[in-house]
Amino acid sequence: MPHETTKNAAGALDVAVLVSVGRHPVTGRTRRADQDARAVEAALTLNKAHVRLIHAGRHETDSETALRGYLGMGFEGLTLIEQTRDADVLPALTSTLREAPPRLLLCGTRAETGEGSGLLPYLLAESLGWPIVTGLAEIERIEPEHVTLLQALPRGQRRRLRVRLPAVITVDEAAPAPRQSAFGPARRGRLVVSEQVSRPDAALAGWTLEPARPRPKRLKVVKAASARDRFKAAAAKAEGGGGQVLTDATPEQGAEAIVKLLQDEGVLRRLL
Amino acid sequence: MSEIVRRDPRKEWIARNRLHPEHLDVLAELGEGAAPSEWPGPNGRIRRDPHAVGFTGPNGIKRIDRSGVQQGAGRSSAGDRGDGQPARQRVEIESPAFLVAVVPDLAGGRLSSHDRDLLGLARRLADADPQAPGAVVAIVFGEARESGFAEAGVDRLVTLDEPRLAGYAPEARIAALSAIEESLSPRHWLLPDSALGGGELGRRLAARLGERPAAGLWQIEPDAGSALGWHATCRGAAGSLDIRRDLPRVALALAECAEPVSETVHAARPLAPPALPEAFSRVEDLGAVAVDPASVALGEAEFILAAGNGIRDWEGYHRAATALGATEGASRVAVDDGFMPRDRQVGATGTWVTARVYVAVGISGAIQHLQGIQRCDKVVAVNVDPGCDMIKRADLAVIGDSAAILEALVTRVEQARQEDGGKRDAA
Repeated sequence: MPHETTKNAAGALDVAVLVSVGRHPVTGRTRRADQDARAVEAALTLNKAHVRLIHAGRHETDSETALRGYLGMGFEGLTLIEQTRDADVLPALTSTLREAPPRLLLCGTRAETGEGSGLLPYLLAESLGWPIVTGLAEIERIEPEHVTLLQALPRGQRRRLRVRLPAVITVDEAAPAPRQSAFGPARRGRLVVSEQVSRPDAALAGWTLEPARPRPKRLKVVKAASARDRFKAAAAKAEGGGGQVLTDATPEQGAEAIVKLLQDEGVLRRLL
Repeated sequence: MSEIVRRDPRKEWIARNRLHPEHLDVLAELGEGAAPSEWPGPNGRIRRDPHAVGFTGPNGIKRIDRSGVQQGAGRSSAGDRGDGQPARQRVEIESPAFLVAVVPDLAGGRLSSHDRDLLGLARRLADADPQAPGAVVAIVFGEARESGFAEAGVDRLVTLDEPRLAGYAPEARIAALSAIEESLSPRHWLLPDSALGGGELGRRLAARLGERPAAGLWQIEPDAGSALGWHATCRGAAGSLDIRRDLPRVALALAECAEPVSETVHAARPLAPPALPEAFSRVEDLGAVAVDPASVALGEAEFILAAGNGIRDWEGYHRAATALGATEGASRVAVDDGFMPRDRQVGATGTWVTARVYVAVGISGAIQHLQGIQRCDKVVAVNVDPGCDMIKRADLAVIGDSAAILEALVTRVEQARQEDGGKRDAA
């Protein structure tokens, strides 16, 4: 059954999700891209939203399998902007989004194939003149002109942001995991092919692409004035051993010392 | 006095050679003869004072060094700063041929190792041509607590310290960087390709400047044929591709893209920031959100209170973790005994944690557990056994009963919280 949000009700928020063809990191097979699937999941959990999927790329057997993975999350159709292999998809996407601008544009942070520089959302936002926010964790509230969301920070922290609509929001691994793709809806869904002119990416054609080779490990070079210092550095034990030890202290003194260290390190700041 | 020590190899040789006729004179001249160990007596006999030979070593034991290092080169060898590190060469670039702009992340106000690698990369770009050296400009948002910009290789320092650039203000920051682009027009822009901060700011900057940046850059090589004279190797397609291309103006570099600066010290001269334009911000920062520490994954928790076999009062331990706002962790024994869930286990078979502060209560420190906390910055140990391995690893160790210390900790923190709350109410 298609998801409730896909029915275009009056007053529903128009959300577009840009999806791409992913690549499994181990097998190398095409699949739905992980971050894009999370973006679709974030869109599907919105209340009263009309969600549509847009993909710009080739229309081939393997990419169709991957794209049908998104349809299996509960969609009837997907707009496929057909482009050639060497095309720069940015102009086609920009013109499509200009023709029917959504209020909210969701996408993954970086593609799993191709250049994968993660620049496309920024270029889209720049050319459309919309604000862009990265690292979505959760969309909290949608007002007519604003969206309030939580942004994921390192170490599991969250930051609340209020963004003016229309906006581009990118999703990374901090967002909730996507739902499974169901086989039946994936087979039944339609790929609506829309024709756009393909502009070849001239810069990419001049680059050399090769499988990633392992990066050299950084060597630990000890720079010391004398051989004695070099020997000491090479023979030193890994542990520091310069710690302060409080023996025969009362529990209050021990607690005082610990609290002082915690305050110096700034980990007690979110107490209130 | 000049720091440069002039050595006289001949005198050093004489000072080492105790049979040389000028040995004593030279020793006295080199400052070693304050209390000469040998001297001719009144009857022409050589008198010697065995107590004056040698020097007192670091452990208080008298040592006699016959290698000549102590006598010949003086107590501190030439160019040594006393901490075993060779002295750095001071470099001043008065009129740079071009500028390399670097926007470090400055997580917590200090240069991270990623930032230092990036500054090392900037130095490679700037110092490529010794005839026309460039200058590295570091652009810093907010007041930096870092004092080592000169040692990290920064020639000029632009500090943008305005309230509207604080917090999450990417649009205002991009407007500020665009103003710097107009006033300084650096040849290169380098940013760290980190998840938040440099990676985001750099992509915004590239989109604003209309440049196609090199994202995930990890290696550069000189290449006379390209526009900027460098060839870059970047990671693409989720780390599965290497893209070799000409180095563009804006580059987002990965960690370990170059060696950090270690041999020179630079000027880090403050540069007046340009007038910043008013930027219309469509993203409003409503501040940090209180996160339940129990919901934070152990591997990325910032502050962990870990419990081990030494805990008897588990109620008190959980109360302390709540009061401190710490994520709970456990040693293998505590998990095996059923006091803590398996997903809270720290160590080789559990989670390898990266906390900034790790408080180990009643954990003796098995090697598997110490492996799991290798990447923690500060370790605090509370234990009854002063000889255990965790105490050796800890930066602060408190010997005593864990239940009493945790109880005192809760009292102390709640007291601090009330004081803080009182101040806030008064304000």
